[in-house]
Amino acid sequence: MAGSPTVSQSAGLRAWLLSSEPGSRWQARLGRAYLGWRSFSRNPLAVLGLGIVILLIFVALFADFIAPYSPIVGGDLRTQRLLPPSETYWLGTDDQARDILSRIIYGSRITLFVIVLVSIIATPIGLLVGTLSGYLGGWVDTVLMRITDIFLAFPRLVLALAFVAALGPGIENAVIAIAITSWPPYARIARAETLMIRNSDFIAAVKLQGASTPRIIFGHVVPLCLSSVIVRVTLDMAGIILTAAGLGFLGLGAQPPSPEWGAMVATGRNYLIDQWWVAAMPGIAIFVVSLGFNLLGDGLRDVLDPKAAK
Amino acid sequence: MASSIANGSGGHEALRFYLTKIVQFALVLATTLLGLVAVTFLIGRVVPIDPVIAIVGDRAPAHVYERARQELGLDLPLIQQFWIYLKKAVSGDFGNSVLTTNPVLTDIANAFPATFELATLGTLIGVIIGIPLGVLAAVKRGSLLDQFVRFIGLAGYSIPIFWLGLMGLLLFYAKLGWVAGPGRIDVTYSYLYTPVTGIVLLDTAMQGQWDAFWDAVSHIILPASLLGYFSLAYISRMTRSFMLNELAQEYVIAARVKGLSEMRVIWKHALRNAAVPLITVIALSYANLLEGSVLTETVFAWPGLGQYITNSLQNADMNAVLGGTLAIGTVFVLLNLVSDLLYRLLDPRTR
Repeated sequence: MAGSPTVSQSAGLRAWLLSSEPGSRWQARLGRAYLGWRSFSRNPLAVLGLGIVILLIFVALFADFIAPYSPIVGGDLRTQRLLPPSETYWLGTDDQARDILSRIIYGSRITLFVIVLVSIIATPIGLLVGTLSGYLGGWVDTVLMRITDIFLAFPRLVLALAFVAALGPGIENAVIAIAITSWPPYARIARAETLMIRNSDFIAAVKLQGASTPRIIFGHVVPLCLSSVIVRVTLDMAGIILTAAGLGFLGLGAQPPSPEWGAMVATGRNYLIDQWWVAAMPGIAIFVVSLGFNLLGDGLRDVLDPKAAK
Repeated sequence: MASSIANGSGGHEALRFYLTKIVQFALVLATTLLGLVAVTFLIGRVVPIDPVIAIVGDRAPAHVYERARQELGLDLPLIQQFWIYLKKAVSGDFGNSVLTTNPVLTDIANAFPATFELATLGTLIGVIIGIPLGVLAAVKRGSLLDQFVRFIGLAGYSIPIFWLGLMGLLLFYAKLGWVAGPGRIDVTYSYLYTPVTGIVLLDTAMQGQWDAFWDAVSHIILPASLLGYFSLAYISRMTRSFMLNELAQEYVIAARVKGLSEMRVIWKHALRNAAVPLITVIALSYANLLEGSVLTETVFAWPGLGQYITNSLQNADMNAVLGGTLAIGTVFVLLNLVSDLLYRLLDPRTR
């Protein structure tokens, strides 16, 4: 009985969201978002993916409160080194007598840092190259797309390796290297979208009003390309995580004692046969998080691009 | 008579068409390769390590330093340096590796067969298991098998390859003892045959050294299955989507109405039409294995290109790193080109 008012309230809210005559632009946008969420939440795997990503963000934000031990300073090297998983150390300890669970929890910050920074750097580059290339056409298009093809011609990890080799190891350089290798597919997508928008009537109308080329590109073309590029970036995030972990594993990403997951697996390699948990646990963390991003990306694509869902 | 003339001119037209295509491909290939060389050249120039100091030492007097700098051509304008680098690259001169003291090209030629052997076997495994799996998943859409294929695909996109390699070593080598450990072949067998092709499985089999052959099989089977899994994940997913597309076509209904057995409809008619885009997918997955092999080779101490690059990296051996990167980039471009050509040759619609 107490529930009935909320039911009618939420029904009212739904009616407001789904109204066929929205009163404001905001209402229309919220309504569209609500419809998207309805179809997204019908896919349990996509919701699981979203859950994993939210958990990652939560763990990274509150690492100080969640982690039971310090990720850097270990315990007693004589008695607490390489302990198997137990009640005190849920995932065991590593060669420096540090709690592996705590290191994984703090490591989520590095993972998040890499994903966010790579997206912030690579997305604008891809958007700029793609929209300029698609809108201006001609020799600009040819030159920019040739450059994009050349970057696509290297396997991602190999090109990132070469860049890190030149810049020197470290997490910042790893981010730069991954960003440099990430933008070409975004540029391709932005270009394809731009080609579709370029000849539409509203662009012609804006042009007749006397808008300058930069104004058309940044004010009208870029905003319309944004959503498909964002989906592509989300689908790419698992790849970014795996590349960063691969660089870390090779000793080219975050440097010790930083709790980067790939580097932790590399440490565990030395103790693989007798203390398997040192290498196994951080690898599971990498797997779960990239699975989460893959599921989320798949779900988002199904919502935003129903044609590809088949 | 008239038809033979028409055929003749058709043949000429086709020939001209192929010639222009070949010229176009050659141009694309040339510019892309030029770009690859330019990128590696630029990477080489941002190195914070001063190559002059690496040669003369940091306590050399100024005139010695200056002379070494001129000998290396570093005082020239950048574009002129690039021209020299390009001329050397075309003649196959990438300098010497600091680590092995060999010319980089020799090192790459030595390491390449190992990577080729591993990636080829991996792709074979991926094709042999992945295609039937994808077909079955498409035929029994929504079934348990379909879900399983979907899961395999998702896991393949999410598991760090180096970690799976370590876990495989732990389980199958250390705990169960089913396979041999890292490396290509045991030292005891490595003197029983003379390397001819550089592909151990081929060399040992051709020379009848079957003990050595089986030892090599036991070494390669784990890393190859690992790469095979990642290739399978991709191939089965794409096969499924191509087959779903074909099975919805009208000719499939026609074939069924004609009374063909379901086996024939699926494996002969539908799969045949899905095969053309699949070739592109297989070539792409082959190219992707080159990337996967960098990490896999490190885990399994496999003496291929990937390990060569990572070893050189750890020793700041820039010539070797750039040479190796360029080699992998070139193979990548060639594979893409071959798949493109095959696609055009096999699919009449693209003509």
